[in-house]
Amino acid sequence: MSIKSIYDVVVIGGGPGGLAAAIAAKKSGAEDVLVIERDRELGGILQQCIHNGFGLEIFREDLTGPTYAQRYITEAQASGVEALLDTMVLDITPQRRIFATGKSSQLVDIQARSIVLSMGCRERTRSQIRIPGTRPAGVFTAGTAQRWVNVEGFVPGSRYVVLGSGDIGMIMARRLTLEGAKVEGVLEVMPYLTGLTRNYVQCLLDFDVPLHLSHTVKRIIGNKRVEAIESVQVDEKWNPIAGSETIIPCDTLLLSVGLIPENELSKKAGVLIDPITGGPYVDDRLETNVPGIFAAGNVVHVYDLVDWVSEAGQQAGTNAAKFAIQQRRREDRHVPLKAGENVRYVVPQTIDRETLSESNVRLQLRVRQPIESPVWVEVSHNGHLVKRKGEPYARPGEIITLEIPIAAYDVVQTAGQLMVSVVKR
Amino acid sequence: MKTYDVIIIGGGVVGCMTARFLSRYTLDILLIEKEADVCCGASSANSAIVHAGYDPQPGTLKAAMNVLGNSKWDTLSGELGFGYDRRGDYVVAIGAEELAALDRLIEQGRRNGVPGMHIILADEVRSREPNINPQVSGALWAPTGGICDPFMATVAAAENAVQNGVTVLLETCFEDFVIQSGRIVGVQTNRGLFGCRWVVNAAGLFADEVMHKAGVRPEFSITPRRGEYAVLDRAEIQINNVLFPTPTDKGKGILVTTTTHGNAIIGPNSNFVEVKSDKSVTGDGLQEIWSGAQKLVPDLKASHTIAIFAGLRARGNAPNGDFIIEIPTQPKGLVNLGGIESPGLTSAPAIATRVVELLRDAGEKLVEKTDWDPIRPPRPRFRSLPRDEQMKLIRSNPRFGRVICRCETVTEGEILAEIYAPIPARTYDAIKRRTWLGTGRCQGSFDMPRIIALLAQELDLPMDQITKKGSGSEFILRPTKDVEALHEH
Amino acid sequence: MVENTKIICITCPKGCTLEVSLDGQTVLAVKPNCKRGHEYAQREITDPRRMVATTVKVKQGVHRLLPVYTSAPFPKGEIMNLMKKLRAVEVIAPVKMGSVVVEDALSTGVDIIASRDMPVKS
Repeated sequence: MSIKSIYDVVVIGGGPGGLAAAIAAKKSGAEDVLVIERDRELGGILQQCIHNGFGLEIFREDLTGPTYAQRYITEAQASGVEALLDTMVLDITPQRRIFATGKSSQLVDIQARSIVLSMGCRERTRSQIRIPGTRPAGVFTAGTAQRWVNVEGFVPGSRYVVLGSGDIGMIMARRLTLEGAKVEGVLEVMPYLTGLTRNYVQCLLDFDVPLHLSHTVKRIIGNKRVEAIESVQVDEKWNPIAGSETIIPCDTLLLSVGLIPENELSKKAGVLIDPITGGPYVDDRLETNVPGIFAAGNVVHVYDLVDWVSEAGQQAGTNAAKFAIQQRRREDRHVPLKAGENVRYVVPQTIDRETLSESNVRLQLRVRQPIESPVWVEVSHNGHLVKRKGEPYARPGEIITLEIPIAAYDVVQTAGQLMVSVVKR
Repeated sequence: MKTYDVIIIGGGVVGCMTARFLSRYTLDILLIEKEADVCCGASSANSAIVHAGYDPQPGTLKAAMNVLGNSKWDTLSGELGFGYDRRGDYVVAIGAEELAALDRLIEQGRRNGVPGMHIILADEVRSREPNINPQVSGALWAPTGGICDPFMATVAAAENAVQNGVTVLLETCFEDFVIQSGRIVGVQTNRGLFGCRWVVNAAGLFADEVMHKAGVRPEFSITPRRGEYAVLDRAEIQINNVLFPTPTDKGKGILVTTTTHGNAIIGPNSNFVEVKSDKSVTGDGLQEIWSGAQKLVPDLKASHTIAIFAGLRARGNAPNGDFIIEIPTQPKGLVNLGGIESPGLTSAPAIATRVVELLRDAGEKLVEKTDWDPIRPPRPRFRSLPRDEQMKLIRSNPRFGRVICRCETVTEGEILAEIYAPIPARTYDAIKRRTWLGTGRCQGSFDMPRIIALLAQELDLPMDQITKKGSGSEFILRPTKDVEALHEH
Repeated sequence: MVENTKIICITCPKGCTLEVSLDGQTVLAVKPNCKRGHEYAQREITDPRRMVATTVKVKQGVHRLLPVYTSAPFPKGEIMNLMKKLRAVEVIAPVKMGSVVVEDALSTGVDIIASRDMPVKS
């Protein structure tokens, strides 16, 4: 597949938000839509969320993550959405120029008439919550562990402690138990469960995994690999209660301590970020402060159901397409003027086709070389003369002017470009 | 049994610099390092500062080596191709009562031969570092101080040594000396016996244990003093300079500094620990470095943290806590380095040069190699290149087009270059030290599966043998479906 | 004889803790009074089942594992046996989403279905 240099809509991220946006953009009349995805296939985080619970609202069905993703992937492909896979976007400018790189795509430089940001979110790390202790192998965020177990096909360890009773943590507790590992317990710093009760039943109660509310990890133990974690009870201000420490032997610590919208690229594009959500400020059309840059999904704020992510994607994609179509119309109104034979430059460099409905357009130009004999100054389109003016000579030091008359309106309407030249008579 | 002219024990910055400077001569040199990579001890966990030299006590080896070492970094960073920035450093006085300490320091610095220092006033400090505590009363400005990339300084020195014929053996641990007729003739390691005429003890935290095996200085001992650090997200907070507080008797204090990688770091504190393996970060320690750092820059927030780590100083009990750099009279054949803590990094090139001098003074005939090449060509860093250079790099090898670490934009091509470098990077941490992969906001969440797969592929090893920092620190236990197979074994 | 027990209902996101009054294996009433909750409590007592999602090995595919799920809720007590059985299964790419990977798993009448397409690795 060859990459064009300009697209109507470019979608950054091929997860549920991005796919829905791309499909909606195509349906709303965008001529070309490109999804740039850093992974080797589309689907985003859904490819590793192999459990059920997706699509209950939007399809009224109980689907697994990969099934939900597959529906959108199939529809995107059928709609003619293009995809650049295994490709990382390096930079986006406020003028919507995109630089991306991939092994097969190499370095691509694409202009987008509009962009939908759908990069999703990243996980909060051990360092960000400042868990003391050593730095052995065996500390994973729950999402990374999920990728390992479900996609890469490897299990990180045999005995686990999970920090965080959010859904990802509980789902991983079940997943690991199903695949033969021992989950020693789930620690939750709040005095209540932070994920869904149904997950507490299906993931923890069903498998006898203990839940310890008002507990957290005091420190990680182990030099080369995790050997244990020290758990401690906390009060309502999260202060550790002295004397309540327990050492839990394990070889893996899973962290499920929050998601953060991933907006480094957004910032590069000049998009303003709301410090409370961690995502862009958007209006009701999901447009950011940068004209033509829209955002949808977890990159805006962390959602609870993927169904609403798809809905947001659809909204952003529709509006992005509308913006792109408007851009096209604006571009199409401009005809470039090319400096032809013996012309060094012409000003203006483009003319708005509609101007000729009301008035002439005056051109100013300079020649490259002097011609000390009568010349024709010509504007032509596809070899056909649009306007010609005679001059007794042409010198680089003197500006030559020429007017394109209102009468040329019809010709100029359909012209791709106009050529300006100065030739001997 | 292979015999060398010189065996260097320890692949930290001092050992690697020594190897590099010695590699100039027609000597057969072996460097042994017990970890899976060079630069695993204090060299990989410090403030990355090349000190100006006003801090050590005048007349000490620390002072001499600091100032001499400082002068060598410009040339060395150019020859070896690592990051270094002589941007000067500041000792900041908060409140009028701290100003007197600056005067003492500047006087001490002059006695140590530190050029160019002067006291600057509060307004000037504020204009150079807008985030500084508004209660600043003045600062000592030392223009010869600077920051470096200590990882690449060590790795580059080691690579240049290898380029020039030095043998480096990793995961090779010193066990004992072989001494015959009062002379060291060999070194016993976990990988067998190696013969030698000289040994350089550059074993850092374990230098005391090494020298005791030769019966040298039985009263000398090294106490690990831990320093904890936090690394800050450079997207959240920008620190322009190297900022020290006024020193206390505990040492230089908790600083706030920029680094050659662009992140700011804060730390270290200084606390005695029981065992030489305790590099844990503590809750109290983090509190301590935050209070210290906020004294200099009140706007720093704990939420800016993206990484925490600790290093262990090799605090020796020689008089004044000074360096030991000597050739003992017995047994013969030992160049003994002990107690190399701060300013150890700064001093490393000077210590290496001193080792050469000591050997020469001891009668060792040092013949220069005609083909010695001091230049280690640096490898390209994709993220630092302008777009057209990036394009050229990708065209030369498409694997530079595949980004493995999103947060720091590290490409597959760069990682491969490190795997196949003269000191091969075979672990996650080794690659992290060299490329800065995994040090960003996501701390490896994205790159980890990719890089483990890449290492497994290139090293032709199963995934469950890829490690973070050597044997025992494997990431992966088993394939997802191999539960029954595991239990059968 | 009427006994009482508590069951957390997972039918809808509310996750109510039901107070269940039983006569032997028969549910008499649940509080809060909810038709779906009553049905859930009854099934949970006589024949507890769960939807199960997991993976099976796949050869020649773009990934090492193919995600799969049960076509209907599976007997809770047999889930670990099901896992063991499925660990030994290996399919060959290409696989189409919705195709049956294992029919009538453990004679329960429940099939194991492919969650997605798995193309051949190029």
